[in-house]
Amino acid sequence: MAEIQQQADSGKGGKKRAKKMSTKIDMTPMVDLAFLLLTFFMLTTTFSKPTVMEVAMPVKPKPGEEQPPIKASNALTLLLGENNKLYYYDGLLDGTTKPELKLSNYGADGIRKVLLQHKSNPQLVVLIKPDDKSAYKNMVDILDEMNITETKKYALVDISKPDQELIKTSGL
Amino acid sequence: MPKVKPHRTSPSLDMTPMVDLAFLLVTFFMLTTKFAPEEAVVVDTPSSTSEIRLPESHVITIAVDKDKRVFFGVDDDAIKSDLLTQVGAKYGVSFTPSQIQAFKGVASSFGTPIEKLPALLSLDSEQRKLVKQEGIPADSVNNQFIEWVQTAQALSRKSAYGKPSYVAIKGDGNADVPTVKRVIKLMQDKNINRFNLITDLETKPVAGN
Repeated sequence: MAEIQQQADSGKGGKKRAKKMSTKIDMTPMVDLAFLLLTFFMLTTTFSKPTVMEVAMPVKPKPGEEQPPIKASNALTLLLGENNKLYYYDGLLDGTTKPELKLSNYGADGIRKVLLQHKSNPQLVVLIKPDDKSAYKNMVDILDEMNITETKKYALVDISKPDQELIKTSGL
Repeated sequence: MPKVKPHRTSPSLDMTPMVDLAFLLVTFFMLTTKFAPEEAVVVDTPSSTSEIRLPESHVITIAVDKDKRVFFGVDDDAIKSDLLTQVGAKYGVSFTPSQIQAFKGVASSFGTPIEKLPALLSLDSEQRKLVKQEGIPADSVNNQFIEWVQTAQALSRKSAYGKPSYVAIKGDGNADVPTVKRVIKLMQDKNINRFNLITDLETKPVAGN
């Protein structure tokens, strides 16, 4: 509907009003299209960029290089079990002592509180041991908790047989 | 009294500035958008509060889906054809020029053992979507996966970029940990120690208090 500007006033006087045809064209369809494209591109850009979590694994120690052992008093072990269960105990598992296993969860009231309580110890090292049956989501969640609670020292460790036994015998 | 004449001005308003702006934005988004490459596998990534964005380019994507399949992908167009021929040469598989050309579209994510790759590349893109890929062998017996990673890293270092690519691991939320850990372990053995775990964004809760 290319419009023609209304004659403002009917030709006063005999002056020739030659070019009163306006050059205006209806831009609505073009604007429609422009905004359609705009919305489309805006939505596709924001959704195509995923976020990442950076994980740096330790460099493999050279043969003959000893790694200093962690003191049990500074350690907190998290065991990621199956069915989204999360267990933790203070200290390390060695032959002599049997630490008390506690059940927790991935929610805000679960492991985050535990981690925050432990943060008073600046030398805390968190050992994360995902069980073979735990989901990858659990691993990401727990790494994320480290991020949220700003726990700097943590390590992803393979779960050991005694740890698995501990989960089984605890009955939690 | 003469009747009050309604204004005869038309209700149309000058849309020029708006159109200017709209087109400016359209152009901007059109130029900056990079379309998400076609994924050979549906991976539902878990969410995290991390706000770091995946780098725009030079990324090797390793996808692990919930059926324990491992998929590999590179986004760097410059190295794709060399990558294919070099890895192919290692396993005694050769490719025709048209297959190499087809690989450029596939390389963003694929999960086919090298022996079956020529057959996959000979299909046209519609048929290829229907093929259920079995995943790249990634174990100590048949470790094609690490070949892909290492060759891609070596090529990336030699290319104009000059640095090894970023390694992004895209695991499904329900993928099992042993597969992911095995993939990480294989790369650690080759001294690749920095990984990016691809996640969805979730808002960061306030810790404590």
